[in-house]
Amino acid sequence: MSHSNAYIVGFAGAVCIICSIFVAGSAVALKDRQEANKVLDRQKNVLAVAGKLPDNATPDAVAQAFETNIRARVVDLQSGEYVEDVDPATFDQRSMRDDPATSHAAPAGNAAKVLRLPNEGLIYQVVDGDKVEMVILPVEGKGLWSTLYGFVALDDDMNTIQGLTFYEHAETPGLGGEVDNPRWKALWVGREVFDKSGEPAIEVIKGQAGPADSDPHRVDGLSGATLTSRGVSALMQFWMGDDGWGPYIDRMQKGGA
Amino acid sequence: MVEHLLSLFVKATFVENMALAFFLGMCSFLAVSKKVDTAIGLGAAVTFVLGVTAPVNYLIHHYILQEGALEWLHPSLATTDLSFLTFLTFIGSIAAMVQIVEMTLDRFAPALYNALGVFLPLIAVNCAILGGSLFLVERGYGFGESTVFGIGSGAGFGLAIVALAAIRERLTYNHIPSGLKGLGITFITVGLMAMGFMAFAGIQL
Amino acid sequence: MVMQTKDLKVLTDPLFENNPIALQVLGVCSALAVTTKMETAIVMSIALTVVTAFSNMAVSLIRNKVPSSIRIITQLVIIASLVIITDQILKAFLFDISKQLSVFVGLIITNCIVMGRAEGFAMQNPPGRSFLDGIGNGLGYSVVLLSVASIRELFGSGSLFGITLLKPVTEGGWYTPNGLMVLAPGAFFIIGLGIWALRTWKPEQVEED
Repeated sequence: MSHSNAYIVGFAGAVCIICSIFVAGSAVALKDRQEANKVLDRQKNVLAVAGKLPDNATPDAVAQAFETNIRARVVDLQSGEYVEDVDPATFDQRSMRDDPATSHAAPAGNAAKVLRLPNEGLIYQVVDGDKVEMVILPVEGKGLWSTLYGFVALDDDMNTIQGLTFYEHAETPGLGGEVDNPRWKALWVGREVFDKSGEPAIEVIKGQAGPADSDPHRVDGLSGATLTSRGVSALMQFWMGDDGWGPYIDRMQKGGA
Repeated sequence: MVEHLLSLFVKATFVENMALAFFLGMCSFLAVSKKVDTAIGLGAAVTFVLGVTAPVNYLIHHYILQEGALEWLHPSLATTDLSFLTFLTFIGSIAAMVQIVEMTLDRFAPALYNALGVFLPLIAVNCAILGGSLFLVERGYGFGESTVFGIGSGAGFGLAIVALAAIRERLTYNHIPSGLKGLGITFITVGLMAMGFMAFAGIQL
Repeated sequence: MVMQTKDLKVLTDPLFENNPIALQVLGVCSALAVTTKMETAIVMSIALTVVTAFSNMAVSLIRNKVPSSIRIITQLVIIASLVIITDQILKAFLFDISKQLSVFVGLIITNCIVMGRAEGFAMQNPPGRSFLDGIGNGLGYSVVLLSVASIRELFGSGSLFGITLLKPVTEGGWYTPNGLMVLAPGAFFIIGLGIWALRTWKPEQVEED
């Protein structure tokens, strides 16, 4: 059967309109829920690394725990000072990093393979009233396949690690993907980032490390995932160093920023 | 920067091979790999189309769909987020690009058109092409990176399909258990190839 | 009564007699990348089944109205719209899984099963039967996906649906997970051997050259 051009154009138009109503309708109707999911996901990760995630992680309980325990702050990476005129709730560190106007190039050839650094970063503090108990710093760097995005929780001495978690990566399940393994993550707790001279010394080694009090700067390697392990070492040393959170950590150690 | 792009190219071609590591473009990968000649044709066509659609889709995503991307049009649009239209726009732009490439080749490079012509319509619905565009959004590549990624992953697909076709041509002379004939043995072959390509994973550039 | 058995055949044929993946090699692209875990595989199966069923029905409803010159693009628009809606729903209700599925939900658009059934079946058949055909083919796809995923998760990670069955050595158990299973080649081998098994059971599906 043949149709006139007008019919064809009209038909195409009608299909487009009907489909667009459904698509736009679902996008608009579900948008709030999706946004809520994203916020919840982030809150969960922050709480988990701080060890404050409630047992029954219902959305309300998570939001409540986040509200009472966590304070978000925006920090200038190079000076280590707080930036007060930015709202942490709408701060998006990743889009800052990708925008040349709000980022700077990372030192060439750094081992963590970080290309650009945002000028300002979003950190979290675990607070009890006004006292800062823990500081949670975001870290990122290349593993074998993918960029690992995670959080490191430091004790208020800004040296002892209280937790480490990677909330986004695409490493090989069962090998590099073991960065998600709770047993491995537990090995980090109590280790120290800096050696006596104040340089970041924490590293993931091949094989097994000793207990935290006698061998504080080394963590067991992931078996069968040398490159992921190496990536984790590199990203920890990079972000704890002068190009990453170093200036902020210094300020905190000298008695609060 | 050049080193970074080169490393991305190698990674897209070998380490993160579209067909062997991400299973993309499998339908045509298996269907058009019986002869080396046709495999070369499809490989070239995929590389060409990926090389064109990846940067174009990057521009579409960056200037139209992304949250706040429409700000250049009018400041009041700064919070508009059209990213839910990504799939629809990409598949449309890919279909259109394929059509344009086909017509351009027909007009200006008839020899190339004769060689690639039959494969171009097939490519519009090849998952490797759409997958390439979706990956570049997900991984936040820039314009240069997108172009290199597109060409690199196309080349990787081409390499894999030509190699598979060469193996399958030889396979026809072998005795294979009847149940394994055709598809079965092809999958096993592809599995072995995928293992071979995994050896590239350790390359650090 | 005759009609009913015919309907039933439309639904069950694609499972073993005429399985779209095993026989026609359709739609394996997205089929394999999400099969390292049962959880993602099952969500992907449901998503694809729903999209195939509804796109079949929608295409069938307009089959007598659609001008043949814009037939394919119309089907594509319908499928893409359904995939977007599915993706939006996943993001809203199953956020964790949708993160893991990443781009592979979007790739349902280019899945040959969906397009193939829309063009090959829905254009000639009434909406009700097209819907059933979509479900049938979706289930056929699911059978393959879920069997591959169960093998890969069980032997690759020692668990099913995230519940540990074979306790791996990394957690103090006895089982050494088979790393090959969770990597790409493992999926190819399983499919290849699966096809072999299916064709030994049903010799009429063997390819002659």
